Amino acid sequence: MAIDPGSLDAVPPVATQSRGVEPRRRERSWDLQGFALKVIRIGLFYVALIALWQLVYELEIWSRLLLPSPEQVWKQLRFYTDNGQFQDAIQTSMRRLFIGYSISLVMGLLIGMACGANKYVDETVGSLVLGLQSLPSITWLPLALLWFGLTETAIIFVVLMGSIFAVAISARAGVRSIPPLYRRAAQTMGANRVQMVRYTLIPAMVPSMAQGLKLGWSFAWRSLMAGELLFVSGGLGQMLDLGRNLNRMSLVIAVMLVIVVIGLTMDRLLFSRLEAWVQERWGLQST
Amino acid sequence: MELEITERGRDEERPAPETQAVGDLLALRDVSRHFRTRRNDTLALDRVTLSVREGEFLCIVGPSGCGKSTLLNIVAGLDHADAGEVLFDGRPIKRPGRERIVVFQEPALYPWLNVRANVELGLKIAGRSGRERRQLADRYIALVNLRKFENAYIHELSGGMRQRAQLARALAVEPRMLLMDEPFAALDAQTRDVLQQELQEICERTKATVLFVTHNVREAVILGDRVWVMTPAPGRLKTEIDIPLPRPRSPDSHAVVDLAARVRAELQHDIYAAQSAEDHYAI
Repeated sequence: MAIDPGSLDAVPPVATQSRGVEPRRRERSWDLQGFALKVIRIGLFYVALIALWQLVYELEIWSRLLLPSPEQVWKQLRFYTDNGQFQDAIQTSMRRLFIGYSISLVMGLLIGMACGANKYVDETVGSLVLGLQSLPSITWLPLALLWFGLTETAIIFVVLMGSIFAVAISARAGVRSIPPLYRRAAQTMGANRVQMVRYTLIPAMVPSMAQGLKLGWSFAWRSLMAGELLFVSGGLGQMLDLGRNLNRMSLVIAVMLVIVVIGLTMDRLLFSRLEAWVQERWGLQST
Repeated sequence: MELEITERGRDEERPAPETQAVGDLLALRDVSRHFRTRRNDTLALDRVTLSVREGEFLCIVGPSGCGKSTLLNIVAGLDHADAGEVLFDGRPIKRPGRERIVVFQEPALYPWLNVRANVELGLKIAGRSGRERRQLADRYIALVNLRKFENAYIHELSGGMRQRAQLARALAVEPRMLLMDEPFAALDAQTRDVLQQELQEICERTKATVLFVTHNVREAVILGDRVWVMTPAPGRLKTEIDIPLPRPRSPDSHAVVDLAARVRAELQHDIYAAQSAEDHYAI
């Protein structure tokens, strides 16, 4: 029993506590004052920006038709929110996005994993994926229109094609970047193929997948907006086009604001948190 | 506590085949392994014959590139022999298996699991029940002195603690043999000393059978019941040295230092003779 009492105490000075759990926690804890100051700084910036906008509007440097006042934009926002058109457009857009993005996640993951795991799949399908990734997703629209007509399917297809390759490439990188040691450790513990995938491959892929998820989302979102602009049938993109047709700049800017807010919200609420979680659990493995 | 581990770990749960009780757990006969690249054909192992008895601690010491890790990988089932016979408990080794667990030089722990979950993973793979997993993990986490850190993630641990966790994970599945591939080579000298002492203690208690590969001569003498000196190009077992010293052995005791000098002389003699350059082995 000689080791039990003494040696544990003897070891920590060598290396343990300096990198322990505690300092990290303290850094993360809310520094209220600092946070308040940060909010004030950001708020001031945007107030100044809007004031500048108002000023330029007052000075009439550009025609008031081309540069509406902040107030006019706000009125458009209110108007289309009150009559429910914004909500409908957002709902339509999000539904398309959700369906297209979900399918692209499943398929992209499968394609990427197959490429990562098998040399022959990688040589063939992998090269095709890389090639198609360089194709801007909106270029799929003519093809989609011919194949599916003016249907929801066509636009979902464009969203799907926008994000699937980004997801696949991340998944492939995820499989490729797994240290061989993880595999050997699982082997020596007697893992069979299924256990290897379940306990080693999939968890080890999570950091790259989190990146793929985020990348895929932003591609899907961009594809959707481009698609809806050209393919006029509901959604936020169509409202943008409506603004252009009516020559109503205030509506155009209002819709752009909504698009920015949705994008930012998704990023902050979902993907930034996902990233932070992965970084903590996987111990900054990405470095 | 010592008795508890010994009895459950060795005798009750796993009745060894009676005919093998006094025989060799591991036997290698004329094992050879080539590595062919475009330019060279290296003979990593040249007709290696070796045996390990149940409960024995065998060290193989040699410079980098002498083929000792290849030998260990073949026993682990992670590599294969080109010629010769590799028998574990009388049966040829074909694939990796949890009766022969490897403790790697790099801590092969999963960063997304905490210490406890890492230790339990081997048991999960073995299909043990949740209750058994908890009990065994408790026992072996305590054995390697990691109780305070069982909920820590791997990146929060020091190098020495990572190797303890890896050892606990290996021991938890109660393998018949531990294969240790320079497990302390990447640690600082003080941590290495502590872990060598702890490993001696753990092996006493668990009566583990160990094949331990190292380039560190003194480490081999401290830990081993027997030491095989291995020489490179081609990888051959050269001399076998018994270490009949009582345990625990201190790294500074005269007997250890003397025997280490003998082992080193064996190595050096060969190194100079073969004009093999770098002296890779530390004191």
